[in-house]
Amino acid sequence: MPDLGKYAEAVLSSYAVSLVLLIALVVLSWRRSVRVKNALKDVERKRKSDA
Amino acid sequence: MASLWEYANPKKFIDTTDKVLPWVSVLAVLCLATGLIWGFFFTPDDFRQGSTVKIIYLHVPSALMAINAWIMMLVASLIWVVRRHHVSALAARAAAPVGVVMTVIALATGAIWGQPMWGTWWAWDPRLTSFLILFLFYLGYIALWEAIENDDTAADLTAILCIVGSVFALLSRYAVLFWNQGLHQGASLSLDKEENVADVFYFPLLVSIAGFVFLFIALVFLRTQTEIRARRMRALLARDRMEA
Amino acid sequence: MIALLLRDIRLAVRAGGGFGLGLAFFLIVVVLVPFGVGPQSELLSRIAAGILWIGALLACLVSLDRIFALDWEDGSLDLLATAPLPMEAVAAVKGLAHWITTGLPLVLAAPVLGVLLSLPVQGYGPLVLSLLLGTPALSMIGAFGAALTVGLRRGGLLLSLLVLPLYVPTLIFGAEMARRGVDGQDYSTPMLMLAGITCGTIALLPFASAAVLRVNLR
Repeated sequence: MPDLGKYAEAVLSSYAVSLVLLIALVVLSWRRSVRVKNALKDVERKRKSDA
Repeated sequence: MASLWEYANPKKFIDTTDKVLPWVSVLAVLCLATGLIWGFFFTPDDFRQGSTVKIIYLHVPSALMAINAWIMMLVASLIWVVRRHHVSALAARAAAPVGVVMTVIALATGAIWGQPMWGTWWAWDPRLTSFLILFLFYLGYIALWEAIENDDTAADLTAILCIVGSVFALLSRYAVLFWNQGLHQGASLSLDKEENVADVFYFPLLVSIAGFVFLFIALVFLRTQTEIRARRMRALLARDRMEA
Repeated sequence: MIALLLRDIRLAVRAGGGFGLGLAFFLIVVVLVPFGVGPQSELLSRIAAGILWIGALLACLVSLDRIFALDWEDGSLDLLATAPLPMEAVAAVKGLAHWITTGLPLVLAAPVLGVLLSLPVQGYGPLVLSLLLGTPALSMIGAFGAALTVGLRRGGLLLSLLVLPLYVPTLIFGAEMARRGVDGQDYSTPMLMLAGITCGTIALLPFASAAVLRVNLR
């Protein structure tokens, strides 16, 4: 851990905020992608079995 | 050489991006990790800013991507308006939330840096104000997408909003410059060496920027795929209802 | 075109058209500000120009959704689309009618309300001039925003969200011009910029509004 001096709070909090936001964005995008992919598969399978 | 327009085929787009996505994601993680760890642990403190200089590895790339995301949306909107490729419209839609997050990161890290350095969280400085306005533009754009039910209407209207908005965003940039003199430092990256940040900060910054670029590309690919699939699903369901 | 303009103005002035609404809103905003910031006249006179501009902008905003909404509901917008008049002209005339029924009264009311905010004497000329130059741009931008949201049931709030960022340059130059006028400085630069924005919006935005209307009428 480098010595951040008296500005440790500012540096750490900005890294924390940014990483949380980025990770949240990635996780949300990923989860929605998986969900939609599965839902589409379901719909397509159902159509195939109907036909 | 295959034409670029082949990727306007949704199927082809999904197949290709499926192949590319893992590589881009790995590159994004690698570059981000390298740039940020290098920047955080192995760069010296600035003689005036102390350790707060380390915020630059987040602030500058996110600000850069906030603007680039809007430019990408503008290009995608123009392609949609001119050539009517659905993938293009969906890519613009997929990029908007990424742009918002980048804008928020840039504003938040800027505020956190500004508190100890300028003695204030917020100043009505031209650059800060422009970013706030950009943020509002993003919000309006996303809200319009969400509000309209018909997909093609939404794509058309948001594309026109994006084009008109770009003109006004540029206009605001200069209006704001006229309105108030700045506190913000000049460009961190430019060809003019004098203006640049020092070399020790420069190289990790470049790596970090590359990481943000790859992350943006990966996210836009992923989210565009999702939008394509979601729309296909809606179309299939609508067709089923028609037949029933 | 002139027939359409006269029709729109007549509809707006008639009862229920909401002609006085924007004006009343402007009055209320201006009256509320001293309650919010305190009655000291030197403070008020310093911020008077800005408040009058913000008030005019908000009054313009609340009346925007009426530009196309009524014509959309009763189907006369479809008739206008099939009329020989090009859609661009319709959009421009609608913006002009909005300006005549909302913007112009605001310009005329501003000096009266300036008295309430103890606006310095030398500020009246530049203030009225800046509003006169700036409000047409507000109307044209607003017509674009109204065209974007015309098909939506609850478009009012979205309309504000879309239009407010677009108003930023006009507001900056307009308020700057009025402020410089109050301070007795030279205000020709912001005046020219403001006039430029207004001319640009009048020349270009009807095309964007017309494109949007065509999409919405599809």
